[in-house]
Amino acid sequence: MSIGSTPLKFKVRIDPERCMNCGRCIENCSYGVYRKEGDDIRINSRNCVACHRCLAFCPRDAIDIEEKPGDYRSHPVWTREVREAVFNQAKTGKIILSGMGNAKPYPIIFDRLVLDACQVTNPSIDPLREPMELRTYLGKKPSSLSLRQMPNGDVELLTKLTPNLQIETPIMIGHMSYGAISLNAQTALAKAVSKIGTFMGTGEGGLHESLYPYQNHMIVQVASGRFGVDINYLERGAAIEIKIGQGAKPGIGGHLPGEKVCADVSCTRMIPEGSDAISPAPHHDIYSIEDLKQLVHSLKEATEWKKPVFVKIAAVHNSAAIAAGIARSGADAVVVDGFRGGSGATPRVFRDHVGIPVEAAVASVDAKLRQQGIRNEVSIIASGGIRESADVAKIICLGADAVYIGTSALVAMGCRVCGTCYRGTCAWGIATQKPELVARLDPETNAVQVENLINGWTLELAELMGAAGINSIESLRGNRDRLRGYMLDEGLLNVLDVKTVGA
Amino acid sequence: MEWIRFHCDNMCGIIGVIDRRRQLMDGSKIKEALASMDERGSGEGAGYVAYGIYPDYKEYYALHVFFDNIREHKVPLDNLLEKWGTIVHDEQIKTYEQPGLRKVHTPWRYFFRPDPNMMPKSTTPEEDIITHLVMKVNSERNGALIFSSGKNLGVFKAAGWPEDVANFYRIQDYQGYLWLAHNRYPTNTSGWWGGAHPFNLLNWSVVHNGEITSYGTNRRYIESYGYKCTMYTDTEVVAYLVDLLVRKHGLSEKMAVRALAPPFWEEIDRMPPKEQELNRAIRLTYGPALMNGPFAICVANENSLVGFTDRIKLRPLVSGESGDRLFISSEEAAIRRIDPDVEHITMPRAGEPIVGKVYS
Repeated sequence: MSIGSTPLKFKVRIDPERCMNCGRCIENCSYGVYRKEGDDIRINSRNCVACHRCLAFCPRDAIDIEEKPGDYRSHPVWTREVREAVFNQAKTGKIILSGMGNAKPYPIIFDRLVLDACQVTNPSIDPLREPMELRTYLGKKPSSLSLRQMPNGDVELLTKLTPNLQIETPIMIGHMSYGAISLNAQTALAKAVSKIGTFMGTGEGGLHESLYPYQNHMIVQVASGRFGVDINYLERGAAIEIKIGQGAKPGIGGHLPGEKVCADVSCTRMIPEGSDAISPAPHHDIYSIEDLKQLVHSLKEATEWKKPVFVKIAAVHNSAAIAAGIARSGADAVVVDGFRGGSGATPRVFRDHVGIPVEAAVASVDAKLRQQGIRNEVSIIASGGIRESADVAKIICLGADAVYIGTSALVAMGCRVCGTCYRGTCAWGIATQKPELVARLDPETNAVQVENLINGWTLELAELMGAAGINSIESLRGNRDRLRGYMLDEGLLNVLDVKTVGA
Repeated sequence: MEWIRFHCDNMCGIIGVIDRRRQLMDGSKIKEALASMDERGSGEGAGYVAYGIYPDYKEYYALHVFFDNIREHKVPLDNLLEKWGTIVHDEQIKTYEQPGLRKVHTPWRYFFRPDPNMMPKSTTPEEDIITHLVMKVNSERNGALIFSSGKNLGVFKAAGWPEDVANFYRIQDYQGYLWLAHNRYPTNTSGWWGGAHPFNLLNWSVVHNGEITSYGTNRRYIESYGYKCTMYTDTEVVAYLVDLLVRKHGLSEKMAVRALAPPFWEEIDRMPPKEQELNRAIRLTYGPALMNGPFAICVANENSLVGFTDRIKLRPLVSGESGDRLFISSEEAAIRRIDPDVEHITMPRAGEPIVGKVYS
């Protein structure tokens, strides 16, 4: 082996002064960092992924994890990541797998946008004292209404509205399948969204029987592998989402490793136990926008036109035109998944290099739909890289109706963003199917944490709106006048249709 | 893209009156009423609109234009108008020097007949031609600004105190059955004549006290229907929204106000099913037209006067009646200046319209 050992990613140390030899670190580490030798706890730092499970459960704060204790000789071009990727592929000759979302240090547009607040000339509104409306309806809206004035003074509505999803906060949880994450994790999310009055996605993993009680808050996904899809599944969902692409891997299919396909996952997905679940890159019945229209109509027909149908695409260069096509397909919402969107497993080269940020994609999609006079045909759901309530407010200002969150909901359940989801040994019981690890995640307490997170963001969003003198979320939507770009270049300011700070 | 805009912010005084029998009133009282609210203005903008003032030319669109310079900017506008129709008559609007008012524009009036053949695809070609011309001229900013474009009505405005502006145009010489007037307290670009209220498009006129915090959303919505916001202000968007909802979509004034300042979901959820369905449909369809922020607004057309406030009533509005006349104003005192014996003084609830219509 001519490459030999590479520098450690993490160095784990136990402070002997503090350690009481309780062994909780050994029990909790699912990556084999700790072992007992005699009375001593021995450490193999090379196995550490910095998931911090040991650190969280050490009763004495005795553990210290240092990142990159010994680094490579520094070089501005040949970074550590680049060199390690070369080593990896020199050894394996394979595509490098990764987890979570884009990990390149591209500038984050959200962090270069600032929100507005009222001063003197108009009053800010206090959400503690005045109503503040965050209720959002997702789906197709008519472009105008036809009303009839009755002789008795009543007004009759002649326009028939198509079904919309009603959410009490514009925050939903994105599609993370049973398989990618554990049933306990999905159950916690399902309990949280049901309590709040919002929705979550099933991902391309079917709907497990135990989640049927929460089906009114589930958006069922139909992806290219059609895993778990039958009429029972479609009918149970509150809405149906066709997944064309995903921000973490635009242009390619999905891959659930066989190790994660346990008996239960196999039943829910309707595939053999232990087999890899590989979704093809395209839908094999969609080779053009007309084909998409047919699938939208088939799904609506199958569910008697009672459910909104969403279409999810990865944010790519031409998203705006693609979304305009989707708006004409009969779909009720387009989900735009930015390149920071997470994934349980994605080729590193796609995660880090393909697609565009959700901020720019949503801005151009909203503008294009308005230009063509079809903005009312579809709602826009933004996902991929929404980290806090300010991001929600900013993306709504840029034109989104609502957001999907993924990673932040997982972080609320303990995820430390170690990015090792694809290995199936998540110590937090989230991205794993190993029963002993799954059991670590209590759906009840974790549901409360996810609920707290969304409630906290919702409160902050209400405060931000009130400060901007807005008491209804539709007045924030597409209101780019309430944003300013801080150190963004002119080209991007034009795309975002946002002025610079001070202007 | 227009980045600069200003509002009629903190104060601003508005008053409107409609005579339901179309009995004419000269402008002297409305001047007094507006001047009584000088406390609400800053002497940097005032204006009036009167309906019924051009009975001899009532078939034609009365275009009021501010020219920067007659020699340079009038000929191009004449040519443009002649291309789209016929100028039946045009003349300088008579003005009278006032010590407190600097005449920076030359106000002009045209009586214009558009040629419907120029917009063969439209079902309302004349109105669409006028709208197109107003948007075109005002966005090109070529030394001409069309600030009034309806039939048998006219806007008179300038930068100055209400009484100076009224005297400048001798507003008392005009006879109208419906008047709107506005006293401005600007905060951004002061002294621009185009920025004074009322704002007008076709037969719609708007006066506004407040700031529309949803302007960015409203503007983008209305621009997707071909309107162009060119006046550096959030008020003009109201005129376009009302034009879209009432003229193009055929909503009643009441339903249009319902769309612009709708009830809260909490109230809608408590309504009987049919009413709930109607109000939900209005909010879903016209969400981007919802106006947020503090405002009191009066909107008029040739048949009606409508006043309404924002959904939590952050700006004052009061109405009163005497005989066939309905008054709407920021202050009761201003109404009493016109008619000390006014009756039925009421303060509408937030979002509730006050509607006055001429008898049909």
